[in-house]
Amino acid sequence: MTTEIPWLTLLIALPLVGAAAVWGLGATSARKHLRTVAVVFGLAELVLLGLAISAFDTSDAGTVQLTETHAWIPQLGVSYAVGADGVALLLVGLSVLLVPLVILAAWREQDGDLAKLRHYLGLVLLLEAFMVAVFVARDVFFFYVLFEAMLIPVYFMIGGFGGGAQRRYAAVKFLLFSLAGGLVMLVAVIALYLNGPGGEQGFLTQNLVDHFAANPLPVSVERLLFLGFFLAFAIKAPLFPVHTWLPDAAEHAPAGTSTLLVGVLDKVGTFGMLTLCLPLFPHASQWAAPVVVVLAVVSILYGALMAIGQSDIMRLIAYTSVSHFGFIVLGIFSFTSLSVSGASFYMFNHGISTGALFLLAGFLVARHPTRSRRLADYGGLQRVTPVLAGTFLVAGLSALSLPGLSTFVSEIMVLVGTFSRSHPAALVAVLGVVLAALYVLLTYQKVFTGKAPHDLVGTPDLGAREKWVVAPLIVALLALGFYPAPALDLVREPAQATMTAVGLEDPATTPDLLSVEGSDS
Amino acid sequence: MTPAAAFVAPTIEWAYLVPVIVVLVAGVVGVLVEAFVPDRARRAVQLVLALGALAGALTSIVLLWPDVLERNGVRVLGGALVVDPFGLAVQGIVVVLALLATLVVADRTSTKQDAFAPTGAAVPGSAYEDLARRRGLEQTEVYPLVLFAVGGMMIFPATGDLLTMFVALEVLSLPLYVLTALARRRRLLSQEASFKYFLLGAFASAIFIFGVALVYGFAGSVQLAEVRGALLGGTGLDGMTSLVLLGLVMVLTGLLFKVGAAPFHSWTPDVYQGAPTPITGFMAACTKAAAFGALLRVLYVVGQALPPDLQEKLVVALWVVAILTMVVGTVIGVVQTDMKRLLAYSSIAHAGFLIVALVGFGELSGFGVRALLFYLLAYGLATIGAFAVVTLVRERAPQPVVVPAEADLATVGAGAGAGTSGTAASAGSDVPDAGAVLGEATHLSEWAGLGRRSPWLAGAFALFLLSMAGIPLTAGFIAKFTAFQSAVAVGAWPLALIGVLASAVAVFFYVRIIVLMFFTPTPTPTPTPQAAGGPGTAPDGASSTGGGTSPVAALTSRVTVVRSEGFTTVAIAICVIGVILLGVLPSSVLDLAFEAAKFRP
Repeated sequence: MTTEIPWLTLLIALPLVGAAAVWGLGATSARKHLRTVAVVFGLAELVLLGLAISAFDTSDAGTVQLTETHAWIPQLGVSYAVGADGVALLLVGLSVLLVPLVILAAWREQDGDLAKLRHYLGLVLLLEAFMVAVFVARDVFFFYVLFEAMLIPVYFMIGGFGGGAQRRYAAVKFLLFSLAGGLVMLVAVIALYLNGPGGEQGFLTQNLVDHFAANPLPVSVERLLFLGFFLAFAIKAPLFPVHTWLPDAAEHAPAGTSTLLVGVLDKVGTFGMLTLCLPLFPHASQWAAPVVVVLAVVSILYGALMAIGQSDIMRLIAYTSVSHFGFIVLGIFSFTSLSVSGASFYMFNHGISTGALFLLAGFLVARHPTRSRRLADYGGLQRVTPVLAGTFLVAGLSALSLPGLSTFVSEIMVLVGTFSRSHPAALVAVLGVVLAALYVLLTYQKVFTGKAPHDLVGTPDLGAREKWVVAPLIVALLALGFYPAPALDLVREPAQATMTAVGLEDPATTPDLLSVEGSDS
Repeated sequence: MTPAAAFVAPTIEWAYLVPVIVVLVAGVVGVLVEAFVPDRARRAVQLVLALGALAGALTSIVLLWPDVLERNGVRVLGGALVVDPFGLAVQGIVVVLALLATLVVADRTSTKQDAFAPTGAAVPGSAYEDLARRRGLEQTEVYPLVLFAVGGMMIFPATGDLLTMFVALEVLSLPLYVLTALARRRRLLSQEASFKYFLLGAFASAIFIFGVALVYGFAGSVQLAEVRGALLGGTGLDGMTSLVLLGLVMVLTGLLFKVGAAPFHSWTPDVYQGAPTPITGFMAACTKAAAFGALLRVLYVVGQALPPDLQEKLVVALWVVAILTMVVGTVIGVVQTDMKRLLAYSSIAHAGFLIVALVGFGELSGFGVRALLFYLLAYGLATIGAFAVVTLVRERAPQPVVVPAEADLATVGAGAGAGTSGTAASAGSDVPDAGAVLGEATHLSEWAGLGRRSPWLAGAFALFLLSMAGIPLTAGFIAKFTAFQSAVAVGAWPLALIGVLASAVAVFFYVRIIVLMFFTPTPTPTPTPQAAGGPGTAPDGASSTGGGTSPVAALTSRVTVVRSEGFTTVAIAICVIGVILLGVLPSSVLDLAFEAAKFRP
C-alpha cells in the first residue's frame, strides 16, 4: 500500500532542510532572521502534518498507513520503512506541535548570542527529524539507528547550552545511561534478525511479528530478547530504578531541551514497549508483566514522593514525570484495551502537560535576578505576574489530572483498565494521584502565594511571545479534556490491535468506558 | 645449457603481481632518487612517486578484481602468493588507507616542518642535529620506507605459505621500526619506542617462526594448502595433530602481536605515542588491516581443517584473547590522559572487536569475513583521520617566558636521568621566537575548548570518535553491527554482550574528549603540574610522571591549530566523507566485502 505522496518522508525531510538552512544562514550576514526561519520551518512542518493527517484514514487507525518501504541495506536485511498507525500519528503530532513552541521559547535564550542560538536551533530541528522518524519507523534496525542517533543532538543540547557547571556531568550521564541500554538492545536486535525470517526485509517489524506468530521463539530466547529491548526502553522511559539520569539532565538542560527530552524523547521508551516489545515478544511480555507492573507502581509512588521533596523546580518536574511514566507503563502492561489506549493517550497528554510546566518554569527562572531554580527563592508571584501564575496553575492541575483537562481522561482510563486486571496495582497507583495533588499544590503555594521577596517585586508578567508559547498547550489540554474523541479515535484501534497481537482478551469486568466517554463528551 | 627435460621454467602470471610490484619497485626507485636527485626537488619527486605508485597499485587492484573473482583466486609463484578475492580485497584496503596516510605524512603544515627528524642518524640533542635542523634538512627517505612497508603489508594477507608470510612480516616491520624512531620532537621518546617495538617485534617473529617449524614438523610443508590437505587427508605426522595446534597457536601469537591484541599489546601505547603521528596513523590502520588479513587466512585455511576437538580449543583461545583485548583496551583507555595513548588503547579495543568477528571461522558463512573487511576499512578511515587531526593541534611557545628551544627534548633527557643532556641542549640552542609553534599538544587538557576555536577540525575529530564509539549513521556502527552479528550467528552471544559493554565503557572516553572540545572553556594559562603531565612524559611512557616536567609547564599554556598545506585537509575530508558514507549507505561496500569472502587455499 503505497500512497502517491510520501507524506512521512516529507515530514522527516523538512526539518532536516530546516536545520541545514539555519546552520547555513547563521554563517551569513542574514543571521538576524535565524529565529524567524527556524519558526517558519517549525510551522511549515505543522502544516505538512495537517496535510498528512488529511491523507490518513482515521476510521481505520489500527492499520499502519501512509507506508513507504524501500531497500536500504538489503545485505543486512534493513529497509527504510515508514508508516503510521493512530498512536504513531499522535506522537508525531506531539513532536511537531512542541518544536515551534520550543523554538519560540528559546528566542531570547543564549543571551542573544546568535552564533550559539544558531547551533541550538539547528539541533532542535535536527532532533525533530529524528523524533518524527523514530515514531514512524517500521523496521527494527531503522528504529534502532534513530533511537541511538538521536542521543547525539540531545547530548549537545544538554552539554552545550545548559546552565551551571554540572551540565557536562549531566550530559555524559544521560549519554552513558542511554547508550548502555541501547547497546544491550543492539545484541537483542542482532539476535532478533538471526531468529527471524531473515532475507532482505528481515528487519521489517511486520515480517518479524508474522514470523514469530507462525514459529514461536523458544521460551528462553524470547525472554532474553524481551529483556534486551525492555532494558533500553526502561532506561529511556525512565522507569524506576534506572531513572536517575533524568533529574540531572532536566536540571541542567535549558527548559526547551527538557520539554523535548521529557515530553517527546522519553516517549520513545514507552512507545517502544508498546509497539515492539508487546507484538514481538507477546509471551515474554506476559511473563514479565507482574514485575513490570510492580516497577511501574513503585515509579509512580517514588517519583511523586521525590517530587514533593525537591527544592529545585526543574528536578521537581522531572520527578513528576517519573511518576507519570509509571502510569504509562502500568497502562501498557495491564493488557486491557482500555488501559493500553489510555496509556497511548497519556503519552500525548503528558507531553503537553510536562512541556507546559517545563516551559513555564523556564520563563519563571528567567525572571529571577540570579536565575535561581530554588523554590525557596520565590513567593507571592500570583499578584506580580498573574498570567504566569494562572497558566502555571492550569499546567500543574493537568499534572494532577483534574477533571476537565485531557490528562484526567487518560489517567482514569489507565486506572480503570488496570483495576479490571489487578485490584492491588490500581489501588496503590491511585495513591499517586493523591501525592500529585501535594506536589503540584505545594509548589504553587511556595512560588506564587504568600509575600513576594523584594527582588521579585517588579517582575514583568508573560510577554506576548511567551503567551503564544503557552496558549496552544493550554488550549490543547482544555479542548481534549472536554472533547477527547478525536484523540481516542486514534488510539482505540491500535490498542485493540496490540491486544490481538499479545493474544489476550479483556477481563470480563472491564467497563466499556471508551464508548461511554465518547457519548459523555 | 641445462636440458629442457630437467628444468621447466615456471610460468609466472605476472599480471597478478602488478599491484605488489608497482609499490616495491617504486620503493627501490625512491632509494635511487635519494642518491641522484638534487636536494630541492627530492621531496616533490618522492611524493609524486609514492602517491603515484599507490594510486597505480589501487588501479591495478580494481582492474584485476573481476578477473580474480571469476577465477576464484590465482596461485602465483608456486603458491607463494595467492591472489584470491579476499587477499586482493585486503590489499585494496591497505592501499587506500596507505594513500590517505601518505597524504598526512607529506604535510609540512604552515610551520614548513614535517613530522620527521632532520637527520635520523643524529644523536638527540647533539650539536649535529641542531645544525641539521638549522640547515632545514629533510629526511625524504620516509617515502620509500613507507612504500616498502606497504609492499610487505600487501604480500602479508595474500600469501599461500608460512615462510613467505614470515618474510612479508619482516618486510613490513623493519621499515616501521625505522619510521617509528624518526619523530622530529621528543626524539628520545621516539627512539625508545622504536627500540621497544623492535625488541618485542623480534620476539614475536621468533615465536612465529618457531610455530612455522612445528607446523612443518607435522605436515612436511609450509604451504598452507598442503597443511590443510595433511589435516583433512590424515597424511600428516601420525598422532601428532596437536603439534599443528601448538604451531598454529604460535603463528597466531606472532600475528596477534602485530594487531596489538592483549596480552600481546603492551608495545602499542608506547609505540603509538613515540612514533611520529602520521606514522602512528599509518601503522594503526594499515598494519592492523594486513595482519588481520593474514590472521584470517591462517584461521580459514588451516584452522578450519583442524579436527573438531582441536578447533574448539582454538576457539576458546580466541575467546580469551578477544575478551582480554576488549577489556584491557577499554578499561585502561579510560584513565589515559595523553591523546595518542588514548587512541592506542582505543585501537587495542578495536582489535578485540575484530577478533569477535573472527570466532565464527569454523562456519563457512562468509559473515565473519564481510564483517572483518568492512570493519578494517571503517576503523582505518576513522583512525587515520583522527591521527591526522592530532598532527594539526600544536603547542605554541608562550610570549614572555624564556624557554630553551629544546625544552621538550631537554625534559625528556632529564626524565631519563641524564640531567646533563638537558643543560647541554639548552646551552647550545637559541631561544625560539615568541609564539613559535612546537610539537603536538597531546595532553587531553590541551584540547579543551578546541571546538570553539576550530569548529571544523573539532567537528571532524568528534565524528571520528563517534564512529569509533559505534554511534549509528557512522561507519563504525555498521562495522560493529556486522562484527557482533557474525559472533551471534555462531552462538557466541556472550562475546557480543561483553563487546557491547566494552563499547559502552569506550564511549565514556570518546565522549570525554568531545566534552573537552566542545563544552569546556579553554583553560587559563596558569600551568599546574597535572596539566603539564603530558608533554613532559618521561620515556617510560607513564604520562603522570611528575619529575622533569616543570620547564614544559610553561609551554602547555598555549595551544594552537596549525594550517595544513592541503594534504592533511584532503585526507581528513576523505575520511569524513568515507565515515559518513559507509555509515549511511553501506550497501555497495558490504556487497563487495561479501564477494571478497572467498579463499583459495
